[in-house]
Amino acid sequence: MSGRRAVSGWLLLLVALHALVLFAGFFAPYDPTEQDRKSPYLPPMRLHFVDNQGGVHARPFVFRLKLREGSFDQYEEDRTRALPLKFMVRGASYRLLGLLPIHLHLFGAESERIYLLGSDAYGRDQLSRFLYGGRVSLFAGLLGAGVTVLFGLCVGAAAGYYGGWRDDLLMRVAELFLALPWLYLLFALRAFLPLAVSPLEAFLLIVAVLGAVGWARPARLVRGVVLSAKERDFVRAARGFGATDAYLLRRHILPATSSVLLTQAALLVPQFILAEMTLSFLGLGVPEPVPSWGNLLSSLQQYSVLVSYWWMYLPALIMLPFFLGYLGLGSELQERTEPYKIGS
Amino acid sequence: MKPARGNCSSRRIISPLLAVLAASFTLPAAASPPQKKSNEEVLVLPGEIGHPGGRLVVALRAEPKTLNPLIAADSPSREVIGAMQAELVHINRATQLTEPALAKSWKISPDRLRYTLVLRRGLQFSDGHPLNVDDVLFTFRVYLDEHVHAPQRDLLIFDGKPLTVRKVDSQTILFELPKPYGVAERLFDGLAILPRHLLEKPYEEGRIAQLGALTMPPHQWAGLGPFRLKEYVAGQRLVLERNAYYWKTDEKGNRLPYLDELVFLFVPSADAQVLRFQSGETDVISRLGAENFSVLSRQQGDYTMVDGGAGLEYNFLFFNLNDATEKTPAEMVQKQKWFREGKFRQAVSAAVDRDAIVRLVYQGRGAPLWGLVTPGNRRWQDEKLPHPARSLERARALLKEAGFSWTTASNGESALTDSGGKPVEFSIITSSSNADRAKMAALVQDDLKQLGMRVQVVPLEFRSLLDRVTQTREYDACILGIASFDADPNSDINVWLSSGGTHLWNPSQAHPATAWEAEIDRLIDEQMYALTFEQRKKLYDRAQELLWEYQPMIFLASPDILTGAKKSVGNFRPAVLEPYVLWNVDQLYLKNNAVNASR
Repeated sequence: MSGRRAVSGWLLLLVALHALVLFAGFFAPYDPTEQDRKSPYLPPMRLHFVDNQGGVHARPFVFRLKLREGSFDQYEEDRTRALPLKFMVRGASYRLLGLLPIHLHLFGAESERIYLLGSDAYGRDQLSRFLYGGRVSLFAGLLGAGVTVLFGLCVGAAAGYYGGWRDDLLMRVAELFLALPWLYLLFALRAFLPLAVSPLEAFLLIVAVLGAVGWARPARLVRGVVLSAKERDFVRAARGFGATDAYLLRRHILPATSSVLLTQAALLVPQFILAEMTLSFLGLGVPEPVPSWGNLLSSLQQYSVLVSYWWMYLPALIMLPFFLGYLGLGSELQERTEPYKIGS
Repeated sequence: MKPARGNCSSRRIISPLLAVLAASFTLPAAASPPQKKSNEEVLVLPGEIGHPGGRLVVALRAEPKTLNPLIAADSPSREVIGAMQAELVHINRATQLTEPALAKSWKISPDRLRYTLVLRRGLQFSDGHPLNVDDVLFTFRVYLDEHVHAPQRDLLIFDGKPLTVRKVDSQTILFELPKPYGVAERLFDGLAILPRHLLEKPYEEGRIAQLGALTMPPHQWAGLGPFRLKEYVAGQRLVLERNAYYWKTDEKGNRLPYLDELVFLFVPSADAQVLRFQSGETDVISRLGAENFSVLSRQQGDYTMVDGGAGLEYNFLFFNLNDATEKTPAEMVQKQKWFREGKFRQAVSAAVDRDAIVRLVYQGRGAPLWGLVTPGNRRWQDEKLPHPARSLERARALLKEAGFSWTTASNGESALTDSGGKPVEFSIITSSSNADRAKMAALVQDDLKQLGMRVQVVPLEFRSLLDRVTQTREYDACILGIASFDADPNSDINVWLSSGGTHLWNPSQAHPATAWEAEIDRLIDEQMYALTFEQRKKLYDRAQELLWEYQPMIFLASPDILTGAKKSVGNFRPAVLEPYVLWNVDQLYLKNNAVNASR
């Protein structure tokens, strides 16, 4: 029973985190592509509760940051100007779930922009970019994992159930895909496309490549499960009673693969998110100014950013709970389904 | 792990020591011949008096391709050759004016067709062989030879006729030009005088262009510059040693250069160069980006960082204005309709926020640009050129005049459409290895979004970018930068002339495609033969104003020349002309170095 509770705990965490990203428009204070050219590389503003006179406030506030005298990139707090944090404010327009145009944001400040995670080279809000960027990265991960698992299921089931030359052929192809240097495959694919691809095209390309590369492993796992499942007594009995292939697969064999597939999916999602980040980091992902987690981290390729602006690392830190959630769910699922494993 | 590291570092200490020891054993032998001869006419350089000895380590972005001045085209090669060769007349990189070099004086005839140069007496190549007029005659014969394909040849041809060179007496040479030439004696800068005794035979055998590989034995190569070849380790370093026969001294009569060795390390990336400099492996650094410069300035090591002010690099955006052929895709023809509209380009120029580029890309260490001649080029800058502030209203008005209009797109943003109702969308290509220009592109993209243009930025590897711009010509728009190598705008002649290979928006035209390009050609041609600076300046100003009017290049910004050196490097005076740091390498010295104490 505790296993089940753990699974639902991890699930709850994941749902909450995904809601943050799904409703990024509401949680993010600003448009992720909007440049504030007066404030490049602004460090995160600290939330204060105690003012200069020592008075304690229930409503947190930040101080405006100003450039240090004679510097182009060093800021200090201007303690004369407190900006109280306001909740449920009107701000930049966005579309809730891509449909409803809305102006409401969870928080913001009057007259000035506030940066809780700092800003990037163009003065774009890092927090907003992180939340919006999660849409691209998480969606690419989920979609990629979905495509992979579905395709792997079909191929694995066909190979395992029918056996013979079909099995040989499908499994050799799977091995071919396992051996493919997928990064170079992507370079090659990219070279065939026109010079400028829109963000949507780039996104679909990423998902397609992730799917094309990833299906072989789940396919092999499914094949193994199907191979052992189709020899079990109740399956033989059902066949003896005249059950068709389709019925056998649907009723008896594929359900046996569900635990393997769920575990695989939970493990693949973070892998694919990382793959998307790698691509974007190398400049092969969605093009700027659309944020994605890889794009957020790609500025760290520059030495000056690496040593000067520590808050550019923060996105990497905040991604951790997402990965932990998926990996935790994956291992719990694996443990929970162990007793029912086929063949035990 | 630990012992290994200890081992390694001790080896690292020993090896420079060995090198220094080796140098001090071998050098006296090499340095013994130049007793100052009574008839030797050396050049005395003013400046801080330094100590002899020591080695200076510099990083290069890439390995030089050759040491042969006849074929060198890449900047690492030019930088190394600059330290090994000398010319008749030299442009002082600090004053940007000419000064005597191998020629101690020159006279220009009143009709400006004849230049009489007098060679210094008693000069020797770095292998000890004496220099005489025949070397100069040989040098110009080779430069002018069509079969050698020297890049300098174009500079010596006037209206299809070459200049002629004649020996007057044992120290005097007469150059005759077919037409007066505005650049005058600056012409001789960059024309290294070659050793006839080494090169005549290979030249006659037709294999002079194959010489100069870095792997060749040092004694087969000689020059008149402050350093000569010592050692080359492929992929790692090139070591030059002091030329004991060099023809300059300081005011106390000490023969220059001060340094015993000049070492070029091959360090491919800008960030790696910063790390090497920080760790003390290299002594000077140049071509720094603003962000790395501020990292180094902030860390307060034992080095001095110098912001030399605006340089001669200009960054610009240009549209593909090549003539359409039958192979041009219909989409491109459609886009070129916008690009060819002068008002469209003017609107783009008006919408670009140049101040933001200077602030965000160069952290304020740069200057906004409205013309080809940068503020760093004080003599040639056109003060009359307008410097309008950014104005989206003016941009919109210009677009409206040209028949563009705005519609509201499905996502609520307004989109610019042309008179045929097609939305204005194009891509800008930039070099993926240049972070500065990628940033500029992102800023321009956002600027143009506010006009309703949908712009994509496509980073490309530099070589494939150049291929697209100059060969296949498949691109919409591009952001590039060019650094002039001389303050005289004639160094950018291939950008100006419609027949030029770097006339980027439509290179190497057989005939000028537009009336204004024909007019620029005429102005540039006329100034070549103008007699006074004022006349030339007037013609250049007019050409710049035409560029401004038609905006084939939308100038963005020019970065400052940012350099640094260890505090122990003496006479460090960076210039805004290339080579920024090594231009006075013959005067650079190391303060309180160990070798000096032992002498």
